[in-house]
Amino acid sequence: MLSSAGVRASLALAPLAANKGRVAVSVFAIALGVALGYAVQLINQSAAAEFAQALRVLAGDADVVVHGPRAGIPEALYPRIAALPEVAVASPVIEVQARLPGQREALKLLGVDVFRAARLQPDIARAEGGEPLDFLREDRLFLSRAAAAWLGLTAGDELALAAGEGRLALRVAGILSASALRERVAVMDIAAVQSALRTGPVVTRIELRLREGADPAALSAALERVLPPGVFAEDPGQSVERNARLTRAYRVNLAVLALVALFTGALFVFSTQMLSVARRRVEIALLRALGVARGGILRQLLAEAALIGALGAAGGMALGHLAAAAFLQRYGADLGAGTFAGLPVTPHVDPVAVLVFALLGVAAAVGGAYAAARTAVRAQPARALRAGDEHEALRSLEAAWPGAACLAAGALLAFVPAIDGLPIAGYLSITLLLIGTLALMPRLARVAFALAPQRRAASWRLALEQLRFAPGRTGMSLAAIVASVSLMASMAIMVASFRHSLQDWLDTMLPAQLYVRGGEGAFLADEALRSQWTVPGVARIEFLRSEQILLDVAHPPVTLLARDLDAARIDRSLALVGESRLPAPGAPPPAWVSEAMVDLYGMRAGDVVALALRGRVAAFTVAGVWRDYARQHGAVVIERREYARLTGEERAGNASIWLEPGADPDAVAAQVRSRMPAHAEVELVRTERIRELTLGIFDRTFAVTYALEAVAVLIGLFSLSASFAGLALARRCEFGMLRHVGMTRRQIGAMLALEGFAVSALGLAAGLGLGGVLAVVLVHVVNRQSFHWSMEIHTPWPTLAAFALVMLPLASFAAWAGARRAAGYDAVRAVKESW
Amino acid sequence: MLSIRSVSKSFPGPRARTLLRDISLALEPGEFVAVVGESGIGKSTLLNLIAGLESPDSGAIELCGEKLGALGDDEATLLRRRHIGFVFQAFHLLPYLSVEKNVALPLVLNGVASAAIGPRVREMLGAVNLGDRATSLPAELSGGEMQRVAIARALVHRPSLVLADEPTGNLDPEAAAQVLALLRERIKADRAAGILVTHSRSAARTADRILVLSERGLSPAPAA
Ligand SMILES: Nc1ncnc2c1ncn2[C@@H]1O[C@H](COP(=O)(O)OP(=O)(O)OP(=O)(O)O)[C@@H](O)[C@H]1O
Ligand SMILES: [Mg+2]
Repeated sequence: MLSSAGVRASLALAPLAANKGRVAVSVFAIALGVALGYAVQLINQSAAAEFAQALRVLAGDADVVVHGPRAGIPEALYPRIAALPEVAVASPVIEVQARLPGQREALKLLGVDVFRAARLQPDIARAEGGEPLDFLREDRLFLSRAAAAWLGLTAGDELALAAGEGRLALRVAGILSASALRERVAVMDIAAVQSALRTGPVVTRIELRLREGADPAALSAALERVLPPGVFAEDPGQSVERNARLTRAYRVNLAVLALVALFTGALFVFSTQMLSVARRRVEIALLRALGVARGGILRQLLAEAALIGALGAAGGMALGHLAAAAFLQRYGADLGAGTFAGLPVTPHVDPVAVLVFALLGVAAAVGGAYAAARTAVRAQPARALRAGDEHEALRSLEAAWPGAACLAAGALLAFVPAIDGLPIAGYLSITLLLIGTLALMPRLARVAFALAPQRRAASWRLALEQLRFAPGRTGMSLAAIVASVSLMASMAIMVASFRHSLQDWLDTMLPAQLYVRGGEGAFLADEALRSQWTVPGVARIEFLRSEQILLDVAHPPVTLLARDLDAARIDRSLALVGESRLPAPGAPPPAWVSEAMVDLYGMRAGDVVALALRGRVAAFTVAGVWRDYARQHGAVVIERREYARLTGEERAGNASIWLEPGADPDAVAAQVRSRMPAHAEVELVRTERIRELTLGIFDRTFAVTYALEAVAVLIGLFSLSASFAGLALARRCEFGMLRHVGMTRRQIGAMLALEGFAVSALGLAAGLGLGGVLAVVLVHVVNRQSFHWSMEIHTPWPTLAAFALVMLPLASFAAWAGARRAAGYDAVRAVKESW
Repeated sequence: MLSIRSVSKSFPGPRARTLLRDISLALEPGEFVAVVGESGIGKSTLLNLIAGLESPDSGAIELCGEKLGALGDDEATLLRRRHIGFVFQAFHLLPYLSVEKNVALPLVLNGVASAAIGPRVREMLGAVNLGDRATSLPAELSGGEMQRVAIARALVHRPSLVLADEPTGNLDPEAAAQVLALLRERIKADRAAGILVTHSRSAARTADRILVLSERGLSPAPAA
């Protein structure tokens, strides 16, 4: 039966049903964009949550944690702190990375005073198997569930740890409850750890619970008096925060990449919606002519778009959840960065994030439809009913000033410094540069196609005329491909620059041929050892001591490197940025700081800075700045001689060995090895191996980004194809007429292919050009502000050329394939369905 | 010039019926005929058969000495390009081409030298009284003006046959009369043959003779 409601429903639903294919593509595009953004958000959030949770569990219910350099703080501090009137419980903890013979990864070993620790974190004393007294036996240890699973051990099994030059046989007393410690960790008595691993009388941290009603300010004042330089007291939340910073820059970069992918998806949706509404201008004008009010039409179009957006968002969320779960399963909480091994992670669903991403999906769809619908319903119905008016809808896109303004603002933002340690302005700059370029695409299209050479062939002429006539439409179909290509190109340039600079850096930083790596303080670096290791073929040996010092509780620890070096020829051993100027006689001894020290602590060449070395403050003169790709939180190099003089510590953990020309590194390594104690837990590695490993890690880290870029490019291609399909559908009747006046199918095909080719070429050119600009911002602003290291731009021309050579035919094909079906439509019918 | 012999055509489908039954027609250069008939009887289908856009079930169509049945799609297209001009009810001008470029289209398709295109297009535009609108876009024209552009396009390459399907269907009587007069004048001037399909008696009367298409075939109209 024909009812008013029925007609209304048909009016609303028929356009969707009639364009099932296009609707499906739009839904798919939104789903892909939402899936990407949501997956990365989920991964980040889950990882960050797990990370913080793990750290909180470690700190238990402590109100304050006292800690210092990684090498530890003197145990003698413990009784003094415990005796402070504000302190109710003080629990000392020692944390060491214990080497397992035959395992590459170390096991984190916590030494605790179990009775005190249990008052802060009762779960720690609850274990399956074992008895509380086992916590006091020095040959027993408890494993966390994750560690037990990793090692394949249960209560009662034996476990050997490498301790200094010896080996320590332990028995697994029990498995800790999962609520106690989630990561891979072993727990044993603090005194047992100290003696077995010969750490000396140090602890890593002291966790404090305040007495009821104690004044935290009074406590910090009291601690200030007790604590030596380089040792700090802080709220555990602060340390969670500081540790979260370890991976924050990496996570933020990944998230931004995902947002760009989401943005590409949104552009895709936006442009398909815009084109679809533009194509329905005649229909809209007809409804207006029949007396339907503007508001009604607008509402209907927006409701349609919202429905598409909602479907896509729902699908995307499901897809994103699966992808995130798979990713976390594979890479763990540290996202493959290697900072927090063995933490099992499942996606944490955050209702706010779900809502935000659902809204983003719907907003992209509705926004695209709105932009087009607004102009469509404003148009004069009488005019719009006339042939060839649909381009009018896109006319407003051709103004140049919004694009130019975006570009200018983007350029300015590139000069704004980091905000809270994050390159927020840098990302905004990239966003504005991208939007500005997209907004200028119609202009660019107009100019480019005006310059294109004229040919005699009818298909060429018609293709060109069509392109010149509707630059707004061209700009719209190109948006997604320009965005994705620029993303791809900028990432490619950034990664190539990074890799190139990293290689140069490795060359400078690893000038020797052999490296000896032990734990901190693995051997006594004295002349006796030097001559002992100087086997035939060895030209020179330098020792290095590395330790973590805390300069400021707000930042992660800084690495102090005490090296044998020739201060006058420092450029031979450090990748200097700028000059090195040795301090004047009488001034404090020289220190060379990494770029991060400049960014984070404001150190400049010539400054005199104070460093806490083993509880003693010493002044150094900043003699130069060097580039460090190994430690983004900062590193300081000083002369080992100076370090030994100040601290009396002569032990070192690393050495570099220069060989005589022509010496065989493997033979020399074997010789040196034979002069070490049989069980010495030190590694002898060839430089090439370190380079290989480093570059291998580098490439793996960027593998994730390649996947994201590939998806973005795929979306771009889809978008191009879909918008061409949409256009061709609208031009069906034109093709029918052309067949009538005597154009062959092949000529029409050629015309479409030419249009596809020209549009693709323009999109690629614009995308690559923009990519180059974005790369500069990525390298000099985003990377510098995130990781505090500089690099030189290196453009991978062959890669980009290969990419362009593959993309051009691919994009042309995508465009042509999208349009082909409509062009093959029956000419007679097409003309009958007059426009 | 054009000869149609015993052509029949039916469309398959649930309500299949034979549309055109045993149709015959011969046209000489300079001859202008009108075809009338009730809606849905097959007038447009007949034009499509002549243009080689559809093929008959039986019978033969010969255009300028070529048997359409023997031609493939590309050959039929080339024949159409050279020898036929179309005028549609809905004008069908390319929205992105200016008036003169729309008119030039058949010349470009036929590979006419660029130097010859300009003068011929100007001549045609002058003939349809649109000499001053050469650079306008179709959207800037009235319906009558658009159809005059379409007539110029249909005749610019001096086709042997002009097929006009309801060319005045979208026009008011005044514009329609003007368009029909022009169509007739141009066809006669170029010594082309013309077939005008129309519903309107007055339109049909502008032709040399009127044929009625009915279920019984094509027959001369009874004198009014
Ligand atoms: N491709 C096709 N498939 C099936 N039936 C068709 C096809 N083309 C036309 N017809 C049918 O053939 C009949 C004649 O169509 P045609 O367009 O030739 O009529 P007409 O005489 O031009 O009518 P009008 O004056 O209304 O334009 C119609 O009933 C139509 O439904
Ligand atoms: Mg008809």
